[in-house]
Amino acid sequence: MENLIYGITTGILFGFFLQKAEMLRYEKHVGAMLFRDMTLIKFMLSAVMVGMIGIYILSDAGLVKLSVKATVLGGNIAGGIILGIGWGLLGYCPGTIGGALGEGRWDAAWGILGMLAGGALYAEVYPFFKDTVLKWGSYGKLTLPGMFGISHWILIPVIIIIFLLLFRIIEKKNL
Amino acid sequence: MLSPKDKTWSPYIAGALTGLTVVLSVLIAGHFFGASTTYARSAGMLEKIFSPQHVSELSYFQKYTPKIDWQWMFVIGVILGGFISSKLGGTFLKQAIPPMWENRFGPSVKLRAVLAFTGGILVLFGARLAGGCPSGHGLSGMIQMSVSGYIALFSFFAGGIIVANIIYRRGGRG
Repeated sequence: MENLIYGITTGILFGFFLQKAEMLRYEKHVGAMLFRDMTLIKFMLSAVMVGMIGIYILSDAGLVKLSVKATVLGGNIAGGIILGIGWGLLGYCPGTIGGALGEGRWDAAWGILGMLAGGALYAEVYPFFKDTVLKWGSYGKLTLPGMFGISHWILIPVIIIIFLLLFRIIEKKNL
Repeated sequence: MLSPKDKTWSPYIAGALTGLTVVLSVLIAGHFFGASTTYARSAGMLEKIFSPQHVSELSYFQKYTPKIDWQWMFVIGVILGGFISSKLGGTFLKQAIPPMWENRFGPSVKLRAVLAFTGGILVLFGARLAGGCPSGHGLSGMIQMSVSGYIALFSFFAGGIIVANIIYRRGGRG
Protein backbone atom coordinates (compact mmCIF):
# COMPACT_ATOMS: atom_id res chain seq x y z
CA MET A 1 0.00 0.00 0.00
CA GLU A 2 2.81 2.39 0.95
CA ASN A 3 4.42 1.55 -2.37
CA LEU A 4 1.27 2.58 -4.25
CA ILE A 5 1.10 5.91 -2.40
CA TYR A 6 4.73 6.62 -3.29
CA GLY A 7 3.86 5.77 -6.89
CA ILE A 8 0.97 8.19 -7.20
CA THR A 9 2.79 10.99 -5.33
CA THR A 10 5.85 10.68 -7.56
CA GLY A 11 3.61 10.59 -10.63
CA ILE A 12 1.81 13.78 -9.57
CA LEU A 13 5.16 15.57 -9.18
CA PHE A 14 6.39 14.32 -12.56
CA GLY A 15 3.13 15.32 -14.27
CA PHE A 16 3.30 18.72 -12.60
CA PHE A 17 6.86 19.42 -13.79
CA LEU A 18 6.09 18.09 -17.28
CA GLN A 19 3.10 20.41 -17.53
CA LYS A 20 5.01 23.47 -16.30
CA ALA A 21 7.76 22.79 -18.88
CA GLU A 22 5.10 22.43 -21.63
CA MET A 23 6.29 18.87 -22.21
CA LEU A 24 2.74 17.57 -22.56
CA ARG A 25 2.27 19.22 -25.95
CA TYR A 26 2.37 17.47 -29.31
CA GLU A 27 4.23 20.52 -30.70
CA LYS A 28 7.12 20.13 -28.25
CA HIS A 29 7.72 16.48 -29.13
CA VAL A 30 7.40 16.85 -32.89
CA GLY A 31 9.26 20.19 -32.67
CA ALA A 32 12.30 18.37 -31.23
CA MET A 33 12.17 15.79 -34.04
CA LEU A 34 12.18 18.66 -36.57
CA PHE A 35 14.99 20.50 -34.69
CA ARG A 36 12.70 23.53 -34.42
CA ASP A 37 12.05 23.54 -30.67
CA MET A 38 14.45 21.86 -28.27
CA THR A 39 12.42 22.26 -25.05
CA LEU A 40 12.27 18.47 -24.74
CA ILE A 41 16.06 18.17 -24.91
CA LYS A 42 16.51 20.96 -22.31
CA PHE A 43 14.04 19.29 -19.94
CA MET A 44 15.34 15.78 -20.39
CA LEU A 45 19.07 16.46 -20.21
CA SER A 46 18.62 18.73 -17.16
CA ALA A 47 16.83 15.88 -15.42
CA VAL A 48 19.55 13.45 -16.48
CA MET A 49 22.36 15.70 -15.17
CA VAL A 50 20.82 16.15 -11.72
CA GLY A 51 19.66 12.55 -11.56
CA MET A 52 23.02 11.16 -12.61
CA ILE A 53 24.94 13.04 -9.89
CA GLY A 54 22.38 12.21 -7.19
CA ILE A 55 21.99 8.54 -8.05
CA TYR A 56 25.73 7.87 -8.27
CA ILE A 57 26.44 9.67 -4.97
CA LEU A 58 23.76 7.60 -3.24
CA SER A 59 24.88 4.45 -5.00
CA ASP A 60 28.49 4.96 -3.88
CA ALA A 61 27.19 5.50 -0.33
CA GLY A 62 25.36 2.18 -0.62
CA LEU A 63 21.97 3.84 -0.14
CA VAL A 64 20.42 2.94 -3.50
CA LYS A 65 20.71 0.14 -6.01
CA LEU A 66 21.07 0.79 -9.72
CA SER A 67 18.49 -0.85 -11.96
CA VAL A 68 20.23 -1.02 -15.33
CA LYS A 69 18.26 -2.41 -18.26
CA ALA A 70 19.98 -5.03 -20.40
CA THR A 71 21.61 -3.96 -23.63
CA VAL A 72 20.16 -6.06 -26.45
CA LEU A 73 20.99 -4.35 -29.71
CA GLY A 74 18.22 -6.16 -31.65
CA GLY A 75 15.48 -5.17 -29.23
CA ASN A 76 16.83 -1.74 -28.28
CA ILE A 77 17.34 -0.61 -31.89
CA ALA A 78 14.40 -2.31 -33.67
CA GLY A 79 11.97 -1.57 -30.84
CA GLY A 80 13.40 1.91 -30.49
CA ILE A 81 12.83 2.76 -34.14
CA ILE A 82 9.28 1.30 -34.08
CA LEU A 83 8.54 3.41 -30.99
CA GLY A 84 10.06 6.43 -32.71
CA ILE A 85 7.85 6.02 -35.78
CA GLY A 86 4.78 5.83 -33.57
CA TRP A 87 6.02 8.78 -31.48
CA GLY A 88 6.30 10.87 -34.65
CA LEU A 89 2.65 10.13 -35.47
CA LEU A 90 1.27 10.40 -31.95
CA GLY A 91 3.38 13.27 -30.59
CA TYR A 92 3.17 11.90 -27.05
CA CYS A 93 5.15 9.13 -25.35
CA PRO A 94 3.98 6.62 -22.70
CA GLY A 95 5.29 8.78 -19.86
CA THR A 96 3.74 12.07 -20.99
CA ILE A 97 0.49 10.98 -22.63
CA GLY A 98 -1.43 10.66 -19.35
CA GLY A 99 -0.45 14.20 -18.42
CA ALA A 100 -1.56 15.44 -21.85
CA LEU A 101 -4.98 13.94 -21.17
CA GLY A 102 -4.99 15.55 -17.72
CA GLU A 103 -4.27 18.90 -19.30
CA GLY A 104 -7.30 18.53 -21.57
CA ARG A 105 -5.69 17.29 -24.78
CA TRP A 106 -8.36 14.79 -25.75
CA ASP A 107 -6.51 13.32 -28.71
CA ALA A 108 -4.25 11.66 -26.12
CA ALA A 109 -7.16 9.26 -25.43
CA TRP A 110 -6.83 7.74 -28.94
CA GLY A 111 -3.14 7.24 -28.29
CA ILE A 112 -3.83 5.56 -24.94
CA LEU A 113 -6.30 3.15 -26.60
CA GLY A 114 -3.69 2.45 -29.28
CA MET A 115 -1.04 1.80 -26.63
CA LEU A 116 -3.33 -0.69 -24.86
CA ALA A 117 -3.85 -2.45 -28.21
CA GLY A 118 -0.10 -2.37 -28.81
CA GLY A 119 0.53 -3.93 -25.40
CA ALA A 120 -1.98 -6.70 -26.08
CA LEU A 121 -0.47 -7.33 -29.51
CA TYR A 122 3.06 -7.52 -28.11
CA ALA A 123 2.00 -10.06 -25.48
CA GLU A 124 0.71 -12.30 -28.30
CA VAL A 125 3.89 -12.24 -30.37
CA TYR A 126 6.40 -12.04 -27.49
CA PRO A 127 7.49 -15.72 -27.74
CA PHE A 128 8.64 -15.12 -31.33
CA PHE A 129 10.71 -12.04 -30.40
CA LYS A 130 12.11 -13.70 -27.30
CA ASP A 131 13.80 -16.35 -29.41
CA THR A 132 14.95 -14.03 -32.20
CA VAL A 133 15.36 -10.24 -32.01
CA LEU A 134 15.81 -10.27 -28.23
CA LYS A 135 18.82 -12.58 -28.60
CA TRP A 136 20.65 -10.44 -31.17
CA GLY A 137 23.56 -8.46 -29.79
CA SER A 138 22.93 -9.18 -26.13
CA TYR A 139 25.48 -7.62 -23.76
CA GLY A 140 23.68 -7.78 -20.40
CA LYS A 141 23.39 -4.91 -17.93
CA LEU A 142 26.05 -2.71 -19.45
CA THR A 143 26.86 0.85 -18.35
CA LEU A 144 29.09 3.38 -20.11
CA PRO A 145 31.68 3.44 -17.26
CA GLY A 146 31.69 -0.37 -17.33
CA MET A 147 32.09 -0.48 -21.11
CA PHE A 148 34.98 2.00 -21.14
CA GLY A 149 36.46 0.56 -17.95
CA ILE A 150 36.70 3.97 -16.24
CA SER A 151 35.33 5.46 -13.04
CA HIS A 152 31.85 6.96 -13.25
CA TRP A 153 33.25 10.12 -11.63
CA ILE A 154 35.43 10.66 -14.70
CA LEU A 155 32.57 10.10 -17.11
CA ILE A 156 29.91 12.14 -15.29
CA PRO A 157 31.74 15.50 -15.69
CA VAL A 158 32.45 14.68 -19.34
CA ILE A 159 28.75 14.00 -20.02
CA ILE A 160 27.74 17.14 -18.15
CA ILE A 161 30.16 19.28 -20.19
CA ILE A 162 28.77 17.78 -23.42
CA PHE A 163 25.20 18.51 -22.32
CA LEU A 164 26.10 22.10 -21.33
CA LEU A 165 27.76 22.69 -24.70
CA LEU A 166 24.61 21.35 -26.35
CA PHE A 167 22.48 23.78 -24.29
CA ARG A 168 24.75 26.62 -25.41
CA ILE A 169 24.26 25.73 -29.08
CA ILE A 170 20.50 25.39 -28.59
CA GLU A 171 20.27 28.78 -26.85
CA LYS A 172 22.47 30.48 -29.44
CA LYS A 173 20.18 29.24 -32.18
CA ASN A 174 17.12 30.23 -30.17
CA LEU A 175 15.63 26.76 -30.26
CA MET B 1 10.44 32.60 -7.47
CA LEU B 2 8.62 29.62 -8.86
CA SER B 3 4.91 29.58 -8.21
CA PRO B 4 2.45 26.75 -8.94
CA LYS B 5 0.27 29.47 -10.47
CA ASP B 6 2.84 30.29 -13.15
CA LYS B 7 1.77 29.33 -16.65
CA THR B 8 5.18 27.84 -17.41
CA TRP B 9 8.54 27.22 -15.77
CA SER B 10 11.91 27.11 -17.48
CA PRO B 11 12.42 23.58 -18.88
CA TYR B 12 15.88 23.61 -17.27
CA ILE B 13 14.36 24.19 -13.81
CA ALA B 14 11.44 21.79 -14.30
CA GLY B 15 13.88 19.22 -15.70
CA ALA B 16 16.29 19.61 -12.78
CA LEU B 17 13.40 19.22 -10.31
CA THR B 18 12.36 16.08 -12.21
CA GLY B 19 15.90 14.73 -11.83
CA LEU B 20 15.75 15.43 -8.11
CA THR B 21 12.38 13.66 -7.92
CA VAL B 22 13.89 10.57 -9.59
CA VAL B 23 16.70 10.55 -7.01
CA LEU B 24 14.26 10.86 -4.09
CA SER B 25 11.98 8.21 -5.57
CA VAL B 26 14.85 5.73 -5.87
CA LEU B 27 16.07 6.58 -2.36
CA ILE B 28 12.67 6.41 -0.65
CA ALA B 29 10.68 3.91 -2.70
CA GLY B 30 13.40 2.15 -4.70
CA HIS B 31 11.78 2.93 -8.06
CA PHE B 32 13.15 4.55 -11.19
CA PHE B 33 10.67 6.20 -13.60
CA GLY B 34 9.08 4.19 -16.38
CA ALA B 35 5.65 3.94 -17.98
CA SER B 36 5.29 1.49 -20.84
CA THR B 37 5.02 -1.71 -18.77
CA THR B 38 1.90 -0.22 -17.18
CA TYR B 39 0.08 -0.08 -20.52
CA ALA B 40 1.03 -3.69 -21.25
CA ARG B 41 -0.17 -4.78 -17.79
CA SER B 42 -3.39 -2.77 -18.24
CA ALA B 43 -4.01 -4.45 -21.60
CA GLY B 44 -3.70 -7.75 -19.73
CA MET B 45 -6.14 -6.59 -17.05
CA LEU B 46 -8.72 -5.64 -19.68
CA GLU B 47 -8.23 -8.87 -21.63
CA LYS B 48 -8.65 -10.84 -18.41
CA ILE B 49 -12.25 -9.63 -18.17
CA PHE B 50 -13.08 -11.36 -21.45
CA SER B 51 -10.65 -14.23 -21.58
CA PRO B 52 -8.83 -15.01 -18.31
CA GLN B 53 -7.76 -18.40 -19.63
CA HIS B 54 -5.96 -16.89 -22.61
CA VAL B 55 -4.19 -14.24 -20.51
CA SER B 56 -2.93 -16.82 -18.03
CA GLU B 57 -1.44 -18.83 -20.92
CA LEU B 58 0.58 -15.97 -22.42
CA SER B 59 4.20 -16.09 -21.30
CA TYR B 60 4.46 -12.30 -21.45
CA PHE B 61 1.74 -11.90 -18.83
CA GLN B 62 3.37 -14.59 -16.71
CA LYS B 63 6.49 -12.44 -16.72
CA TYR B 64 4.63 -9.13 -16.33
CA THR B 65 1.59 -9.99 -14.22
CA PRO B 66 -1.45 -7.83 -15.03
CA LYS B 67 -1.75 -6.03 -11.71
CA ILE B 68 -1.69 -2.58 -10.11
CA ASP B 69 1.81 -1.77 -8.91
CA TRP B 70 4.02 1.27 -8.15
CA GLN B 71 4.36 2.21 -11.81
CA TRP B 72 0.63 1.87 -12.48
CA MET B 73 -0.06 4.41 -9.75
CA PHE B 74 2.78 6.57 -11.08
CA VAL B 75 1.10 6.72 -14.50
CA ILE B 76 -2.22 7.70 -12.87
CA GLY B 77 -0.31 10.32 -10.87
CA VAL B 78 1.04 11.90 -14.09
CA ILE B 79 -2.56 12.41 -15.29
CA LEU B 80 -3.40 14.13 -11.99
CA GLY B 81 -0.19 16.18 -12.00
CA GLY B 82 -0.90 17.47 -15.51
CA PHE B 83 -4.45 18.33 -14.47
CA ILE B 84 -3.46 20.09 -11.22
CA SER B 85 -0.64 22.11 -12.78
CA SER B 86 -2.73 23.23 -15.77
CA LYS B 87 -5.66 24.19 -13.52
CA LEU B 88 -3.41 26.19 -11.16
CA GLY B 89 -1.60 27.86 -14.05
CA GLY B 90 -4.79 28.59 -15.97
CA THR B 91 -3.57 26.66 -18.99
CA PHE B 92 -6.08 23.76 -18.84
CA LEU B 93 -7.85 23.45 -22.17
CA LYS B 94 -10.19 21.26 -24.18
CA GLN B 95 -8.43 20.38 -27.35
CA ALA B 96 -9.30 17.59 -29.80
CA ILE B 97 -6.47 18.25 -32.28
CA PRO B 98 -3.03 19.84 -31.74
CA PRO B 99 -2.81 23.18 -33.64
CA MET B 100 0.32 22.11 -35.53
CA TRP B 101 -1.47 18.95 -36.67
CA GLU B 102 -4.51 20.95 -37.74
CA ASN B 103 -2.32 23.26 -39.85
CA ARG B 104 -1.01 20.24 -41.69
CA PHE B 105 -3.99 17.87 -41.84
CA GLY B 106 -7.03 20.10 -41.29
CA PRO B 107 -9.74 19.86 -38.65
CA SER B 108 -10.72 16.19 -39.11
CA VAL B 109 -10.99 14.59 -35.65
CA LYS B 110 -11.40 11.21 -37.31
CA LEU B 111 -8.07 11.44 -39.12
CA ARG B 112 -6.30 12.50 -35.93
CA ALA B 113 -7.99 9.64 -34.04
CA VAL B 114 -6.94 7.02 -36.60
CA LEU B 115 -3.32 8.17 -36.82
CA ALA B 116 -2.96 8.75 -33.06
CA PHE B 117 -4.37 5.25 -32.42
CA THR B 118 -1.96 3.76 -34.97
CA GLY B 119 0.89 5.74 -33.45
CA GLY B 120 -0.09 4.44 -30.01
CA ILE B 121 0.09 0.82 -31.18
CA LEU B 122 3.58 1.35 -32.60
CA VAL B 123 4.75 3.30 -29.54
CA LEU B 124 3.85 0.58 -27.09
CA PHE B 125 4.84 -2.33 -29.29
CA GLY B 126 8.20 -0.68 -29.87
CA ALA B 127 8.62 0.22 -26.20
CA ARG B 128 8.06 -3.34 -25.06
CA LEU B 129 10.42 -4.71 -27.73
CA ALA B 130 13.05 -2.10 -26.80
CA GLY B 131 12.55 -2.83 -23.08
CA GLY B 132 11.47 0.70 -22.20
CA CYS B 133 10.16 4.09 -23.33
CA PRO B 134 11.65 7.61 -23.26
CA SER B 135 11.06 7.61 -19.46
CA GLY B 136 12.39 4.16 -18.63
CA HIS B 137 15.22 3.98 -21.17
CA GLY B 138 15.72 7.68 -21.82
CA LEU B 139 15.43 9.33 -18.42
CA SER B 140 16.15 6.47 -16.01
CA GLY B 141 18.60 4.76 -18.37
CA MET B 142 20.67 7.85 -19.10
CA ILE B 143 20.69 8.81 -15.40
CA GLN B 144 22.41 5.47 -14.73
CA MET B 145 24.59 5.87 -17.82
CA SER B 146 23.29 2.57 -19.13
CA VAL B 147 24.32 1.72 -22.67
CA SER B 148 20.81 0.49 -23.51
CA GLY B 149 19.36 3.88 -22.49
CA TYR B 150 21.59 5.80 -24.88
CA ILE B 151 21.05 3.33 -27.76
CA ALA B 152 17.28 3.29 -27.24
CA LEU B 153 17.00 7.09 -27.03
CA PHE B 154 18.97 7.52 -30.26
CA SER B 155 16.70 4.93 -31.92
CA PHE B 156 13.54 6.68 -30.64
CA PHE B 157 14.73 9.93 -32.18
CA ALA B 158 15.85 8.21 -35.40
CA GLY B 159 12.30 6.90 -35.96
CA GLY B 160 10.70 10.15 -34.84
CA ILE B 161 12.92 12.38 -36.98
CA ILE B 162 12.13 10.32 -40.11
CA VAL B 163 8.35 10.43 -39.57
CA ALA B 164 8.16 14.07 -38.45
CA ASN B 165 10.21 15.17 -41.44
CA ILE B 166 8.05 13.18 -43.87
CA ILE B 167 4.91 14.74 -42.37
CA TYR B 168 6.16 18.33 -42.06
CA ARG B 169 8.66 18.41 -44.94
CA ARG B 170 6.92 21.35 -46.55
CA GLY B 171 6.85 23.48 -43.44
CA GLY B 172 3.53 23.75 -41.62
CA ARG B 173 4.72 25.45 -38.46
CA GLY B 174 2.52 25.13 -35.40
